[in-house]
Amino acid sequence: MMRLVLLALLALAASVFALSVGAAGLPLGDVLDAFTGAADPTTRTIVLELRLPRVALALVAGGGLALAGAVFQAVLRNALAEPYVLGVAGGAAVGAVAAVVFGLAVIPGVVQLSALAGAIGAMVLVLRIALRVGRTLDTRVLLLAGVVVGAFFNAVILLLLMLADVESFRSAVFWMMGSLAGANWRTAGLLALFVLPSIVVLLALARALNLLAIGEETALFLGARVERVKLVTYFVASLLVAAAVSACGVIGFIGLIVPHAVLLAWGSDHRLLLPASVLGGGTFLLLADTAARSIAAPAELPVGVITALVGVPIFVLLLRRSPSL
Amino acid sequence: MSDAAVLRARGLTFRYPHGDRDAVAAVDLDVAPGEMLALLGPNGSGKSTLLRLLLGALGPDAGDVSLFGRALGEWRREDVAREVGVVTQAEEMAFPLTVRELVAMGRYPHLGAWRREGSADRAAIARALDRCGLTGLVNRSVLELSGGERQRARVARALAQEPRTLLLDEPTASLDIAHEMSLFELLAELRNDGVTIVIVTHNLNIAARYADRLVLLDHGRVAAAGVPDRVLTREIIEAVYHWPVTIGREDGAPQVVPQRRGPQADGQLPGPPDSGVSLPGDSASPESTARE
Repeated sequence: MMRLVLLALLALAASVFALSVGAAGLPLGDVLDAFTGAADPTTRTIVLELRLPRVALALVAGGGLALAGAVFQAVLRNALAEPYVLGVAGGAAVGAVAAVVFGLAVIPGVVQLSALAGAIGAMVLVLRIALRVGRTLDTRVLLLAGVVVGAFFNAVILLLLMLADVESFRSAVFWMMGSLAGANWRTAGLLALFVLPSIVVLLALARALNLLAIGEETALFLGARVERVKLVTYFVASLLVAAAVSACGVIGFIGLIVPHAVLLAWGSDHRLLLPASVLGGGTFLLLADTAARSIAAPAELPVGVITALVGVPIFVLLLRRSPSL
Repeated sequence: MSDAAVLRARGLTFRYPHGDRDAVAAVDLDVAPGEMLALLGPNGSGKSTLLRLLLGALGPDAGDVSLFGRALGEWRREDVAREVGVVTQAEEMAFPLTVRELVAMGRYPHLGAWRREGSADRAAIARALDRCGLTGLVNRSVLELSGGERQRARVARALAQEPRTLLLDEPTASLDIAHEMSLFELLAELRNDGVTIVIVTHNLNIAARYADRLVLLDHGRVAAAGVPDRVLTREIIEAVYHWPVTIGREDGAPQVVPQRRGPQADGQLPGPPDSGVSLPGDSASPESTARE
């Protein structure tokens, strides 16, 4: 519990830091004044309308992605599982790229909706393939189905990009790199609507996931309703990923390395691992995004580039230190 | 209710999706309260499949299973786990759990999703650890345990469920004789405390010494069932295992001694059938002395 409080405080500190950093650097005092109403209107707009929704979006998206990665790793019993391994991101990318390439991106919200539709389509497709093979949900088949569906969608994306003109090619590629630049209260709020209930549902499954991580049969004999836990986890986590990808594109590595970092530091009890991943993932994405928009300000780097550039070396380091994987 | 069989199977039949015959074929089985029952049989005779069917891990193609008189399908899984503890052959230990954490998982059916461990849970875990001689190892990672210790930790996890019935699938398959015997001694103690035990094993002789009743499977069917003296006869064992044996005795229980089959044993089985166990190296056997 102390550890979670610590992480929450870290997230809070990172948020305050992120609110003060940017094209217009603001002292901490001004940031706090913006909340109490004592600051000037420009500062208030920058803090409350521009930066705060972006901080909120980073926290819920990063937290959601890390949570999805953690539960996929448990259910698939695969240390390399991450939120996009089951093809959801591929589906979302097809939806978003198609919207961009066919010139629908000018209508507000269409790219996001199209991405969400693609992601849910991928989710249903993968689940149908996995369920058709056997009477129960075989997680090895699920993993394979996810990987091949993802590969198929990648081919579709390349085909769509072939058809694109230079401008939409550019914006499609930018979308796929992931960005929080489009953040506003509506996007952050909608994503929170997906993420917060998912956290509750998946936390309720934490003990069952502990058992499942040992083996499905063992979990069953210890009293877990294995098939239900697998289906609920797959469904909730995939929806979470679909929403996150629709909101901010394909931001890599958070869902892979954050759960691993928590696992290596604090062990594999999912009652701690899951909430710690939420807090750690949110904080990591927030810091990465703050770096992305301030390193080369006023230009922005794609946040996915930062998470991978920082995330990969960290992951390699963890991998080399890990006693067992 | 109290006179109902702990587990009852009627006409249990199961075939694997691409199997060419039924792995379990029309098996009837009654497990009486408080008995230790051993399921025996050659490789592929359907022992483990039968166990999975009895536990609801596989759904039968025909027949049914009831637990304490109620159809297994009507039970909630956590209620099954409160009644029946299971030790499977082996499981992958991917995460570096401590022994305490592993054994504490046995409390899942009592705790559900949110409840915290209470004093009753801690006491059950402590008893299970103590019973399996693991008290000194609670903080060790299960990845660092020897095969024998790891198996005891898994038995302790099943005991932490506080079940009235324990099902074990070849728990001693990879253990040396000392660890194997100490596990059976533990099972005998549990049985004396009133725990019903069903154990799948390849070790006919240990089964004969510890179990009240044996059920011998062959090609998915019950070839023989009853007290050890009725099941471990030369005729039955040779018919099921297709190997010449003699029957000796130990602890008043029949003991199966498989015979060497070679030119020297042709036409005659070494030693008269009821002369007791003849071991390799015994001076009574001229063949074995001739081969050093």
